[in-house]
Amino acid sequence: MSLLLPQPAGIPAPRPSLHSEAYWDGCRRHQLLYQQCAHCGYRGLGAFTVCASCHATSPIWQTSAGTGSLYSWTVVWHPPDPSFRVPYAPAVVRLDEGVWMLSAVVGCEPEDLHDGLRLAVEFHPANGEITLPYFAPARAGPG
Amino acid sequence: MAIAGIHNTAQARTLPDHDSTSIALVGALGALADAGISPHDVDGVVGTDCAQIALELGLGPCARRPTSLGIPALLDAASLIITGQCHVVLVAAGGAGIHVDRAAAAPWTRPANELVVGYGLFTAAEFALMARRHMLTYGTTSEQLATVAATIRNNGHVNPEAVYHGRGPFSPRDILESRMIADPFHLLDCATTSEGGCAIVLVASERAVDCRAPLWILGGASDSFGPAYTVAPVWDFRPRGDSPPSGLVGARAARMAFAMAGLTPADVDVAELYDPFSFEIIRQLEAFGFCEPGEGGPFVEDGNIGTGARLPVTTDGGTMSFSHPGINAQQLQRVIRAAEQLRGSCTTNQVDGAEVALCSNGGAGALFCDVLLLGRERP
Repeated sequence: MSLLLPQPAGIPAPRPSLHSEAYWDGCRRHQLLYQQCAHCGYRGLGAFTVCASCHATSPIWQTSAGTGSLYSWTVVWHPPDPSFRVPYAPAVVRLDEGVWMLSAVVGCEPEDLHDGLRLAVEFHPANGEITLPYFAPARAGPG
Repeated sequence: MAIAGIHNTAQARTLPDHDSTSIALVGALGALADAGISPHDVDGVVGTDCAQIALELGLGPCARRPTSLGIPALLDAASLIITGQCHVVLVAAGGAGIHVDRAAAAPWTRPANELVVGYGLFTAAEFALMARRHMLTYGTTSEQLATVAATIRNNGHVNPEAVYHGRGPFSPRDILESRMIADPFHLLDCATTSEGGCAIVLVASERAVDCRAPLWILGGASDSFGPAYTVAPVWDFRPRGDSPPSGLVGARAARMAFAMAGLTPADVDVAELYDPFSFEIIRQLEAFGFCEPGEGGPFVEDGNIGTGARLPVTTDGGTMSFSHPGINAQQLQRVIRAAEQLRGSCTTNQVDGAEVALCSNGGAGALFCDVLLLGRERP
C-alpha cells in the first residue's frame, strides 16, 4: 500500500508573481481558475499576458468546473528535496475546458493511475499563504 | 566554416582545483593547441564565460556572444564568421564547483517556477511525463528504455576518458533492477553529474585549409516551444496547429539541418545524441527521421544503436557515463565526440569510415532541441 497523499507543510512553496495573484486567490477560495483570451477565447498553456493565438493583451480569468482527465503522470520515489513525501505523482491533467495543467494525483494507489482516468480537483494548504490544487479520482459518474 | 580544433579537459565527479571559468580556459587552450592556432588569432568568443576568457587570454577587442549554450553557441560562432565579423571563434564551456551540496538533483535541475515547484518537479519527472505519454500512445516499453541506457552506459564503460569508465558492463536487466527515481525512469535511465570543461575552435573556410584535420559544419538549427521547467510538459502541445507537437521538438530543426546539408537521415553514419534520460534517445530517433513516430522503441530493441550497428549512438557514453558537467559543457561535448568520430581518432567505439555525424542537444522535457550535422568532406 502506498496511497498517494498531498504533501505536508514545509515543501518549497510557490511564490506568486505579478500576473498570478488571481490564480492563487482562487485556490485559497477552493476555486480553480484558468486564463482565456477575452478576444478569441484561446486557452493557453501556463500563465500568459499575451494570447498565443491572436496576440490580444487582455486575458481574463475563468472558473473551471474542476474536472478533467489524466493525460500523463510519473510516480516519484526519490525526490529532489527531502521535504517531499514519497511516493507522489506529478501529472498532466487535461481539464474539461480543454486546458492543460500540471498538478499531482492523490487519493489512490500508483497502480490505479491510467490514461484518461477521470479526476476532480481538491485543495490542500502548502503553507499559511498558499493553497495547492491537487486532483483525485472522481467519485461518481463519467463526469 | 570548419571546426579546426576540439578539446575535452579531464572529466571527473569533482574537480576541486577548478571553477567553471578556469576549467573552460583549460579547454580553450587545449582546443587552440589542437587547431595549431595561437590564442592571439582568436577574434571572437562564445559562451557564458566569454568575457572572462577574453580578458584572461588577452583578446580584447574581440567579439562576444555570452548567452548561448551547446549547438546554438556553435551556430552563433558560425554566424560571426559568415557575417565577416570574425575569422577564428572560440566556443568554450566548463562546469566545476557547482554540484557541491550532494543533493539528489543538481541545482540547475530543480525548477522554482510557481506553477510547478509545489509538485516536486525536477528534470527526471519532467522527462518522465513526456516518456509516459509516448508509452501510452505507442506501447513503448521500459525494456526498450533500458536497452538505450545499457547501450550508452556500455559505451562509457569501455571509454577510459569517461567518468564512469569500468562501471559496467550493463544489461537491460541491470537498468531495470536499479532503484526507481521517477517512473518509468530507474536510476540508471538517468544522466549522472560531473565536472569538466571543453572547447571548440571554429574558423572561416579559407583558413581551414591550413588546419590539420578540419571538419565541416553541413547544417544546423534549433527548436523551442518555451522555457524549460515552467509549464506542464505536454507531448501534444501544438501552438501552431499544423506543425509537429512539442513531443517532437527538434523535428523541424532536423529537417532544416538536413535540407541545408542536402542529406537525409540515411546518410548519417553516427549519431551523437544528447542523452539526459534513456527515453530521449527513442524520441530523438523519431523526431529526426531515423524511424517513424512510434517506431523508436522497436528500432533500439532490434539492435540498431550499438557499436557496429546501423546507427551507433552516443559513442563515448554521453551524460550517462562520459560526463555531465553543468548545463553547458556536456551539450558541446556531443559535437566534440562527433568531430572525433569523423577524424577517426576515437580510442573506443570508432565507427569505421564515418563521413557524416549528427549531434543533438536538449530534449522534450525541456521544450528545446538543437541539431547539428558535421561532415568529413568539405561541402
